[in-house]
Parts: sequence; structure tokens; C-alpha cells
Amino acid sequence: MDDQGTSVSSSRQISVVSEAGIVLARQAGREMAAGLGLAETDQTLVATAISEVARNIILYAGRGVVELEVTTGARGFGLRVRAVDEGPGIADVELAMRDGYSTGGSLGLGLPGARRLMDDFSITSQPGHGTIVTMVKWGGTAVPVVEGASS
Amino acid sequence: MASTLAVPILRQADILIVTLQGDLGDAEWAKLTDDLLDRVAERRTRFAVLDLSVVDVLDSFACRTIVGLTNMVALRGPTMIVAGIRPSVAFAMVQLGATLPGVATALDLDHALSLMTHG
Repeated sequence: MDDQGTSVSSSRQISVVSEAGIVLARQAGREMAAGLGLAETDQTLVATAISEVARNIILYAGRGVVELEVTTGARGFGLRVRAVDEGPGIADVELAMRDGYSTGGSLGLGLPGARRLMDDFSITSQPGHGTIVTMVKWGGTAVPVVEGASS
Repeated sequence: MASTLAVPILRQADILIVTLQGDLGDAEWAKLTDDLLDRVAERRTRFAVLDLSVVDVLDSFACRTIVGLTNMVALRGPTMIVAGIRPSVAFAMVQLGATLPGVATALDLDHALSLMTHG
């Protein structure tokens, strides 16, 4: 709490172009969640949800980006995750949100599972133009550390 | 990060002990699967333990890989036990809806070894 209590925005972007990007994205998410003071269980939920949406980027779009950003709201600090791709999009989002539905040979848990792991979840998709998944985990207590400052 | 960190596979009598050193990427899971299937052929392996006590995330892909690995090892003969899944990881797996059907689990490595030696 050495930053005067004002909300300091901190963000990271992880390019997801290969399976290695999935690991980088979930590790970065865990680090930021830990920096915000989220409990270990919540850090794990965040890392797992990021892994699922980052894998969807690789499976369906081939490439994309995971953006991590500190956010504030009525519930204090949170970590907002946006998974953005310019892939083929999802024709039927409602169907894609069902457990066990997959066109990619996976278990079909990715999107519905990520929704259960996070507090807020939304998805917008335009067939032919891409998909944006936005999700937030609340419960951060610490004032986020400014990027580049020692923690 | 994408380089394939070798996962050490130790042998104690007829038991193979695989201790993951952290968060594995897809390529590392694939290499571990190949390595373990090779190693179970050595001598008379009866059991394999997959120790996940330092693994801090298991996504649906990792869960599916573990189920596949367990089944493949069993088809070769030995029984595999997954040990040491952290409470936070277990919680996340249940929320995600990813379980390990047909996979024997133990609290930790010691528990796994006692299950093997005492039935």
C-alpha cells in the first residue's frame, strides 16, 4: 500500500501464436492476480480460465492476444482478461457455451468452464471477423504495482 | 518456455516415480507421455506414480492428457496413480468440469507408495 491508494492501472498483453503462448498467458495472469492480492485459489481459477480461452485462440483462430488489465469496481480490484482473435468467429455462441459442445476435438469445456471459473464473463463473436471473450475475477485487495516498479 | 524441460522419471524397485517440476506446456506433456511409455517397459514395472504436487494449473487439455496417459500405461500393464493434486487445482478442475475418470489418485507421494505396497 505504498502507492497512495489511488487505482493505478497496470496491463499486459501476451501474444498467443503457439502453444507456448498459452503457458505464458496463464503464468502472466497468475502473477497479476497474485499482485492484486487475490487468494491462491482465485489465482489458480484465473490461470485455468486463461488457459482455456488462450487454447481456443490457438485451436480456432491460430493466433490472437490475451490482454490482462487491472480494473476497479464496486467489488474492489479485479483482473480483467480479454482474449481477442480475428479468426472465423462463432456462428452460434449459445451453442458454444454449452458443456460438451466442441467443433475442435476438445472436451468442449473451454468457454462454459471459463465462465464458471471467473466472476464476470461475456463473449462477442462475429462470424468471419473474430471473437472477443472478456472476463473478470474480483477480490483483489492490494493496490496494484505500477508496471516496471519493484514489487 | 517452449523448450521441452525433461521431467525426471525415477525408479524405485518396480515403481516408476514421475515428479513434475512445474507448469507443463503441451509439448512437454507429449514428451512425458512418450518417455513414460518407454520407461514402463524396463524391467518389471508394476506401478507408476505421477506426482503433481508442484503443478499449479491443470486445464482441460492437461486433464485429458493425464487420463490418456493413465489408460496407455494401464494397457502396457502397470497401474498408474496420480498423486498430490493441490486443493486449489482440485477446486479449479471441478469448477471447470474437468475430472479424471478412471484415474486412481492419492493425497501425496507417500500415500501413493503405501497404496502400492500395502494394497
